[in-house]
Amino acid sequence: MDNLTSLRFFVPESVLTAAVLALFIEDLLVRRSAQREIILTASAVAWLALTGLALAAMPAGDVPLFGGLLQQDPLRVFFCWLFLGAALLTILIVPKSRQISSARLGEFMALLFALLLGMFLMASATDLLMIYLAVETVSLVSYVLTSFRRADRKANEAALKYVIYGGVASGVMLYGMSLLYGLFATTRVTGAGGIGSQLADVTSSLFRAHAFGGQPAAQLSLVVAVVFVLAGVGYKIASVPFHMWCPDVYEGAPTPFTAFLSVGPKAAGFAVAIRFFFAAFERQVPGGGYVAVTELPWPAIIGIISAITMTLGNLTAIVQTNLKRLFAYSSIAHAGYLLMGLSAASTAGVQAILVYLIVYVLMNVGAFLVVIAVSRHTGGEDIKDFRGLGHKAPIAALALAVFLFSLTGIPPFAGFVGKYLIFAAVVQKGGFWNVMLAVIGVLNSAVSLFYYARIIKAMFLEDALDERPISVPALYTGVLVALAVPVLILGLYWTPLIRWAAAAFGGGNAL
Amino acid sequence: MDHPTTSTLLTWMTFLPLGGAALILPLLLLRASGAVTKELGDQICRVIALTASGLVLVLGFVLWRSFDPSNPALQFVQHGRWIPAYNIEYFVGVDGISITLVMLTALVSFIATIASMPWWPGNTHLDEHHFTQHGVPGYMAMLLILQTGMIGVFVSMDMFLFYVFWEVMLLPMYFLIGIWGGARKEYAAIKFFLYTLAGSVLMLLAIIGLYFNGPQELMDGRLVHTFNMIKMAQWGRAGGYAAAPLVLGFQFVRIAWIALFIGFAVKIPMFPFHTWLPDAHVEAPTPISVILAGVLLKMGIYGILRINYAILPQATKWAAAAMAVFGTINIVYAAFVCLAQKDLKRMIAYSSVSHMGFCLLGMSAFTQQGIDGAVLNLWTHGLISPMLFLIVGVIYDRAHHRNIEGFGGLAQQVPEYAGLLGLAFFASLGLPGLCGFVSEFTVFLGSLVQWQLLTIISALSVIITAAYYLWAIQRMMLGKLNPAYATMPDVNWRERLTLYPLGALIIVFGFYPKAIIDLIEGSLRNLILPLQ
Repeated sequence: MDNLTSLRFFVPESVLTAAVLALFIEDLLVRRSAQREIILTASAVAWLALTGLALAAMPAGDVPLFGGLLQQDPLRVFFCWLFLGAALLTILIVPKSRQISSARLGEFMALLFALLLGMFLMASATDLLMIYLAVETVSLVSYVLTSFRRADRKANEAALKYVIYGGVASGVMLYGMSLLYGLFATTRVTGAGGIGSQLADVTSSLFRAHAFGGQPAAQLSLVVAVVFVLAGVGYKIASVPFHMWCPDVYEGAPTPFTAFLSVGPKAAGFAVAIRFFFAAFERQVPGGGYVAVTELPWPAIIGIISAITMTLGNLTAIVQTNLKRLFAYSSIAHAGYLLMGLSAASTAGVQAILVYLIVYVLMNVGAFLVVIAVSRHTGGEDIKDFRGLGHKAPIAALALAVFLFSLTGIPPFAGFVGKYLIFAAVVQKGGFWNVMLAVIGVLNSAVSLFYYARIIKAMFLEDALDERPISVPALYTGVLVALAVPVLILGLYWTPLIRWAAAAFGGGNAL
Repeated sequence: MDHPTTSTLLTWMTFLPLGGAALILPLLLLRASGAVTKELGDQICRVIALTASGLVLVLGFVLWRSFDPSNPALQFVQHGRWIPAYNIEYFVGVDGISITLVMLTALVSFIATIASMPWWPGNTHLDEHHFTQHGVPGYMAMLLILQTGMIGVFVSMDMFLFYVFWEVMLLPMYFLIGIWGGARKEYAAIKFFLYTLAGSVLMLLAIIGLYFNGPQELMDGRLVHTFNMIKMAQWGRAGGYAAAPLVLGFQFVRIAWIALFIGFAVKIPMFPFHTWLPDAHVEAPTPISVILAGVLLKMGIYGILRINYAILPQATKWAAAAMAVFGTINIVYAAFVCLAQKDLKRMIAYSSVSHMGFCLLGMSAFTQQGIDGAVLNLWTHGLISPMLFLIVGVIYDRAHHRNIEGFGGLAQQVPEYAGLLGLAFFASLGLPGLCGFVSEFTVFLGSLVQWQLLTIISALSVIITAAYYLWAIQRMMLGKLNPAYATMPDVNWRERLTLYPLGALIIVFGFYPKAIIDLIEGSLRNLILPLQ
C-alpha cells in the first residue's frame, strides 16, 4: 500500500506524536497554575481517549503499510489497546504517588506518550530497520524515565546500567539484522521478496542453502542471526541472559513507571517476537494452524531460554526482601512463562500469550499500585513494611492478595487461566522437550507461591511494626477494585479473553 | 448433551455457603462505618455461618433420602456450558462413590461450625487470643468458602471444574491455619500450601494430557475434546488412553497415572508425602483440624477412585502392588510413629495417616469387599477423626497444653469427658461394635485374597494402634489426679453438641454399616469391573 493510503492506518500514531508535542507546550502554559496536576492528568487522559478513538475508527484489515514497513492487522490493534490500557492506569497512578514532583509531571506525561508511540510502532513493525528504530525509541525514552528522579543515586545507577546493557543488546540485534540482510538482501520480513517468502520458496537456492544437510555456513549464519535478533527482543522482555538490568531498573525507577515498564515494553517485545518468528519462519495453513518453513530450531532455542528464565527468576525472587526487586525477578519469571507459549510455535500458543498479557497487565499493575500506596506512607518498599497491612488497609491488602494469588496461577483467579492456556498449548504440541518444558513450568509456579505467599504472610499473618494507619487515596482504591474484580471474574468466565485473543491471532478460531 | 439436568440440589449445596460468605462482606462495610458494633457484627457472622452450614446439612439429608441406591449411574445431575471454546462444562452429579462424601462434608462442616462458636456457658478459658474471639467475620467467611470448595470437589464431574474447586480449597485453608492457628502457624500454613500446590500442578499437567488424548466430539460444527469425566472414563475403559503416544519415553497412561497419583497422595497423605499433615493438624484450630481430618484427607482417595481408577484402569492395574505396599507402609509406619508422640494432637494426626493406609490397601485389591471397605473407611474415619480432634480441643482449651504426660487421673475429675474420649479412642483402634472395626475388617477381608503378606502385616499393626491408644488413656485418664487439674470443668454444651452426635453415629454405623454399603456398592462394582 502506498504512503498516502497508508496514512489512514497511521492516525493513532499521529495522534500520539501530536500528544507528545502538545503536552510539552501545555506543561509550560500551566506552570504557575495551582491545579496543574489535575489539568495535566486530565489532558493526558483526553489524549489517550483521542488515540483510542482513532484506533477504534481505523478501518480493519490485514494490509502492509508504507510499502511493507508496518503491518495493519488485528494483532497490531490488540497490542495497541493493551498499551493504551497500561498507559491509562499509569497516568491515573502517577499524580498521587508522591514519586514525581508536580513541577515535572508534564515532562513525565510527554515522555510516557513518546514511549507509547515507540510501542505502537513495535506492535506493527515488519521491517528489520523499522523494528530496530521502534525498539530504540522505546529504549531511549525508558532510560530517561528510569533516571527521572535525578537526585536519586539509585535511579542514576539504574539508568546507567540500563543504558549499557541496552547498548550492548541493541548492538547485537543490529548485527543479527545485518547478517539477515546479507543472507536475504532485504530488510522486509513479510510480503513478496521478504525473508518469510524467500524461506518458504521451495525453489529458491536459499531454501536449499539452509535446509539441514545443505550448506552448513548459510545454515549457521541463519541460526546466529536469529539468536542475535533475539537478543534485542530478550532485552525488552527481560529474559535470560539479558535480564540483568531488570532488578536495578525496577528498584531505581519511579514506581509508577516501573509498573508500566513491567507490562508495556514487555508486551511490545512479545509483539515483535510473535510477528518476526511467525512471519519469517512459519507458514499459515488452511484452518488457522502454522507449519515451519525451515528446520531452524527456533522453538527449541526459545524453549531453552524460557526454562532458564523462569527458573532463574523464581529462584532469585525467593531471597529478595525489597518488593520492587522481588517483582523484578517475578517479572523475569513471567517472561519465561510467556516465552513458553511462543516456543509452542502454534496458534494456541500465541493466543495463550495474548490472554496472559491481558491478565498480566491487570495483576502486575495492581500489585505495583499497592506497593505505591504503602510506600507513599511508610517510605519503604520492603516486605516488612507490609506487615499488618490486612488491618491497616484491608481493601488494598485484599486486592494485593488477589493479585499475588493470580500471579501464582491459582484458580479461580485469571492468572490461572493464562498459565493453563500456556501449559495446554505446550502439552498439545507434544514431544519430549515440550512435556519437559511444561513440567519445569508447573514446578516453577509451585516455587513462585513461596515468595508471593511471603508477602501475604506479612500482610495477614504477622503483626504490624507500628499501628499508624495507612490511608489509601479514593482514586487508588477505585483503581484497585477495578483491577481486582476483573481478575476474579475473568478467572471464572474467560470466554471473552479467548475471543479477544482469537480475534487478534488465528482469525477468530480458538485452538 | 447427554446427562441432562435433573436436579439443582447439588448446586444449592455447593454454593449456599459461598452465598453466606458473600453476606458477610456488606457486614464488614457496616462495621467499618460504625453502624454495627464489633460484638453484634461478630454474632451476626456466626449466625450466618451456622445457618448456611445447617441448611447444607439439611439438603444433605434430603440428598440421602432421595438418592436411589439401586441406580449405579450419576444422579442429581446439573449440566451446562461454561467455557465453550474448550468444551468446559458446569457438570455436577453424585453416584455411589461420592454420595457418602458429600453427606460427610455437610455433617463435618456443620459440626466444625458449631465448634467455632463461643456461646455456651462454662467457656471460662476464652480470652481474646482464642480463635473464636478474633477476626470472626474473616474466619466465618473462610470457613464457608472452604465448605463450597469441599462439596464442589466431590460433586464436579467435569475435570476442569474439579481442579478449580480442588485449588479453591487451598486458599481458605491457608488463611484458617495461618491466622487462627497455634504457635508455629505460619510455618504449618505455608508447608500445607506448598505441598498441596506442588502436587496439584503435576495433576494439572496430567489433566491437560488426558484432555488432549481424550475423546473428541462435534460441537458447534467443530471437533473438540472434552473434560467430561464420564466420557473420559468410557474412553479410558475402551483403551483410548492406553493407545495414546508415548510421553517422555513412557506409556502415556502410566505417566498420567503417576502425576495424578502424586497430586492425590499428598492429600491422603501417603508416605513419604505426609509430613505436612502433623504440622498442619497441630497448628490448626480445633474446627479446622476437624475439617482437615474429616473431609480433606478423603479427597485424595476420592480423586484416585474417580480419576485414576475410572479413567486409567490399565495403569491402575499396573500400579496395584505399589499402592498396596505404600498403604501398608502408611499403616505400620504411622502406627509406630504414634507410639512415640508426646503431643496428643500429633499422635491423633499420625493415626489419621495410619488409617488412610487402610483405604489404599483395600482399594488396591480390586475386590468388592476391598473397595467397599476403602470407601466405608472414608466414612467411618470421617466420623471418628473429627471426634478425636474435638476431644483434643476440649482438653487444650482447658489445660492450654496437649502433652500426654502432663495429665493424669482426669477420669475422676471429668468423667463425662473421659467416657467420650474412651469411645472415640476405642472406635479408632477398631473395637467391634463401633464403626471403625467394620471398615477395617472389610478392608482386610477384601485385601487378604490378593495381598496375603501385606494384609497380615497390616492386621498385626492393629495391636500397635491399640497400644498407643490404651497407653494414652492410661497416662491421661487413669492413676492419681494431677492436682493442677483439680478444678477442671467437664464438657460444656457446645462440646456436647459436637461430640454426642458423632458418638451416636459411630455406634449406629458400628451395628448397621449396611446403610452406607448399600449406597456405595453399586457404583463401586462398576468401578472395579474393568480391573478384575
